[in-house]
Amino acid sequence: MKLVKLTKLKAKNMGIQDLVISIAPEPIFHIHGFPITNTTVITLITSLIVIVGSLYLRKSFKIVPKGLQNVIESVLEALLNMVDSVTRDRKQTQKFFPLVATIFIFVILINWIEVVPGLGTIGVKEVHHGKEVVVPFVRSAAADLNVTLALAIVSVFFTQFIGIAFLGTRKYLSKFFVSPFKKPYFIGSFVGILEVISEFSKVISFSFRLFGNIFAGEALLLVALFLLPVFFNILPLPFLFLELFVGFVQALVFSMLTLVFLKSATIDHSEH
Amino acid sequence: MENEVVQGVANNAEAAKSIATALAIGLGALGPGLGVGLIGSKAMEAIGRNPEAAPKIQTSMILAIAFAEAIAIYALVIALIVKFV
Repeated sequence: MKLVKLTKLKAKNMGIQDLVISIAPEPIFHIHGFPITNTTVITLITSLIVIVGSLYLRKSFKIVPKGLQNVIESVLEALLNMVDSVTRDRKQTQKFFPLVATIFIFVILINWIEVVPGLGTIGVKEVHHGKEVVVPFVRSAAADLNVTLALAIVSVFFTQFIGIAFLGTRKYLSKFFVSPFKKPYFIGSFVGILEVISEFSKVISFSFRLFGNIFAGEALLLVALFLLPVFFNILPLPFLFLELFVGFVQALVFSMLTLVFLKSATIDHSEH
Repeated sequence: MENEVVQGVANNAEAAKSIATALAIGLGALGPGLGVGLIGSKAMEAIGRNPEAAPKIQTSMILAIAFAEAIAIYALVIALIVKFV
């Protein structure tokens, strides 16, 4: 489809569109004034894939696994071992595993969908600021700061929730609000305030790490795609492999960091 | 003559943006590059001294590298915002 689109453009003597990289996601259409962006569509498609896949697996569940169920079971077993190696406690693993595994699978799927042909090239032609641009259908969902910010907020809020559930409200909040009248006096309360700030900085750090990595990779891919004519274009090949690798690493890092913060939220700091 | 060049860059927003982008990511990647190298070298040392603890060390190393690399990503995001917004 990319081939046909570019030759049609050449035939109309319009030339190749200028490369436009926009940080904000572009709305494809509006429902009653609510803009649906291309990244929203990608996240919806990914969620559908995960939900329909798990429903199908549940329906065709065999005790002796075969085929697709085998693959999924091996992936889940690897994830379970990873979570177990950090928490070293089966009960905690059972509470942490759903969120950590879902984050991993969701982020790796939306990162890998962006190497599908059609990234930034197949889309709707619109006029923005007097210039004609192509609003692409396929754009990595993690290159949208809204998606990464939402995931980061879910992670950090779940961490606070788990801390309160495992330790009790008073003990967990005593990590942040240390009384200045006990040892180590005012330094303790200052460090407590710093802990509050560090929780907020975790949100920023999670979201910007994923956003920066995926957006930079996408910009790199777009530039590589536009450099050479379509027939001679093997230039994006190493960058596509790099994108696959970076997508996997970022998913792993996001879920592992969530797991480590969850584990450290259940540690009782008051006993020395 | 240098003053004309500087004036030319200052008058032209596109040129200033390009220089700012390059400086932001170039200088911003110095620290994290050094940091990641140091983390890796200490992890190698630790694995060399105690090969049995390799999985634990590897896990912590990957985590620490993610933290250090995030700083470079912040610089990259600022560079991209300067260039494209």
